Amino acid sequence: MGQKKIDIEQVRQVAKLARLALSDAEIVQFAVQLSAILEYVEKLNQLDTSKVEPLAHCLPINNCLRTDEIKQSLGTEKTLANAPQKDEQFFLVPKILEEPGGL
Amino acid sequence: MTNIDYKVIVGLEIHVQLATRTKMFCGCELIFAAEPNSRVCPVCLGLPGALPVMNKQAVEFAILTALSLNCKVAEFTKWDRKSYYYPDLPKNYQISQYDLPIGSTGFIEIPLPDGKVKKIRIRRVHLEEDAGKNIHSEGNFSQVDLNRAGTPLLEIVTEPDINSAEEVRLLAIELQRIVRFLGVSEADMQKGHMRFEPNVNLHIKKDNNEYKTPITEIKNLNSFKALEKSVAFEAQRQLAEFLDSGKVMQSGNKKTLGWDDIREVTVLQREKEEAHDYRYFPDPDLVPVVVNKKWLVEIKTKLCELPLTMQNRFVSEYGLSDYDAGVLTADKAAAEFFDNTVKAGGDAKRICNLVTQTGLKIANEKNCKVSQLGISPQKLAELAKMVEAGQISATASVTIFEKMTQSESAPQQIAESLNLLQKSDEGELEKIVDEVIAANPQAVEDAKSGDKKSKKANGFLMGQVMQKTKGTANPQVVAKILSSKLNKGI
Repeated sequence: MGQKKIDIEQVRQVAKLARLALSDAEIVQFAVQLSAILEYVEKLNQLDTSKVEPLAHCLPINNCLRTDEIKQSLGTEKTLANAPQKDEQFFLVPKILEEPGGL
Repeated sequence: MTNIDYKVIVGLEIHVQLATRTKMFCGCELIFAAEPNSRVCPVCLGLPGALPVMNKQAVEFAILTALSLNCKVAEFTKWDRKSYYYPDLPKNYQISQYDLPIGSTGFIEIPLPDGKVKKIRIRRVHLEEDAGKNIHSEGNFSQVDLNRAGTPLLEIVTEPDINSAEEVRLLAIELQRIVRFLGVSEADMQKGHMRFEPNVNLHIKKDNNEYKTPITEIKNLNSFKALEKSVAFEAQRQLAEFLDSGKVMQSGNKKTLGWDDIREVTVLQREKEEAHDYRYFPDPDLVPVVVNKKWLVEIKTKLCELPLTMQNRFVSEYGLSDYDAGVLTADKAAAEFFDNTVKAGGDAKRICNLVTQTGLKIANEKNCKVSQLGISPQKLAELAKMVEAGQISATASVTIFEKMTQSESAPQQIAESLNLLQKSDEGELEKIVDEVIAANPQAVEDAKSGDKKSKKANGFLMGQVMQKTKGTANPQVVAKILSSKLNKGI
């Protein structure tokens, strides 16, 4: 087997982005497994796809649109029903410190 | 001594909330300040099995805006997932458009204070959904309200063609006018309908070398004032930093800043994640959008005359000042009402004054559009013509305008009933002038003297005539008669 497709640092980075807490042993294990998967998928590169349009969707349909009409929402009570933590009107999450959203 | 010259370079990202009734991918109602988490459904929550479906109106609004910004509209476009974890984003990805935006390579024209127009290129226009709101209250928790999650947003990205803080503000204002004219957004700043993210750096010429300072992006500005001030601040800060450290732009040294509204300074936020960290990929839940010619033609019928075009037409066709034309075209309803009134007859400048000075004031008090005051353009044109013909004074026209909002009567009738018609009949007025002259020999003497006293005396005689006619005499006619009598030397 040649150069690993994914090294340990990349696994750490991906796990961080996905908010997964992995042990050092798992990181090593996943680096091996993910590399094997990528190597397998790389076989596709043997095909000449230069004349193939990228596929945006696997279904041969488009323009599934709806009219701008109001539908019943769940309402506050039902919306919060599955929340691990909540108050009267809001989901509660551990205090958010400095790290703004990505919009 | 070193020789330093620099140019401010700004590219702007703008998020505009579209004025649809429902969200981008579900039928939850968009309503400002609703009970928290009351407008939420399984699609907003990203529950397993929930399936998003595109809002046709949002897609059409996006295309309409792209067209008005002179963009190329994509014939084929799709949806991508932008992955990141944050509590206001329950699916852990935002549905957006990555490599195939709905509009690309356009431009917007902005009017500059010197009367010139500047063209700013538009890089792309794409649709995406908004996130929810995090409320950072006291205690160990943050509160999350998902009512806003899924609201359709139009992201508009300009090329870095903007060269001052003032230009950034003018562009934002022009864009607000455009989306309001098109009816695609209320663009209400108070409700967060427009949010701005300028990317700022400087091109500095020093001792015949050119340097580029590191780019900074200022996040989430939601007022024109904050936008302008933050860009002005950032330009000065970057200049000082360059002079101090000589730091220049390098791959990876772009910074993300926030704006502190109270201290009026930019503050450092996190380092910008590289684009691939968002792991964009096509959303398998949503099928592509194909914009065929027929649909595009249908959408094009909804285009209207754009504000700047209309403003220029009011100047060239009706002879208004650029300022007046700008005031009128700040609001589409006022602009069209004015335009229709001029077309119904009457002097444009006179109508402009009636609309901007009286109409907008009353509309503002009543919290409605000037076109909703119950006065037709035809009736307002009649009122303007009465002022022109000297039948009523400009002051009386304001009173009549106010009455017209409460009554169906024609301005002529209102003027009669309020006894506001001016006497312009020369024969009748001449008699009164003669009486006044006969009764005030001293004032006549003074008026004829031609020295300092004459102006005052003239005013006194005018006043006497107005008093005798209970203010209904046409002052221009009276002045004419009076001056001819005094000059003749009686």
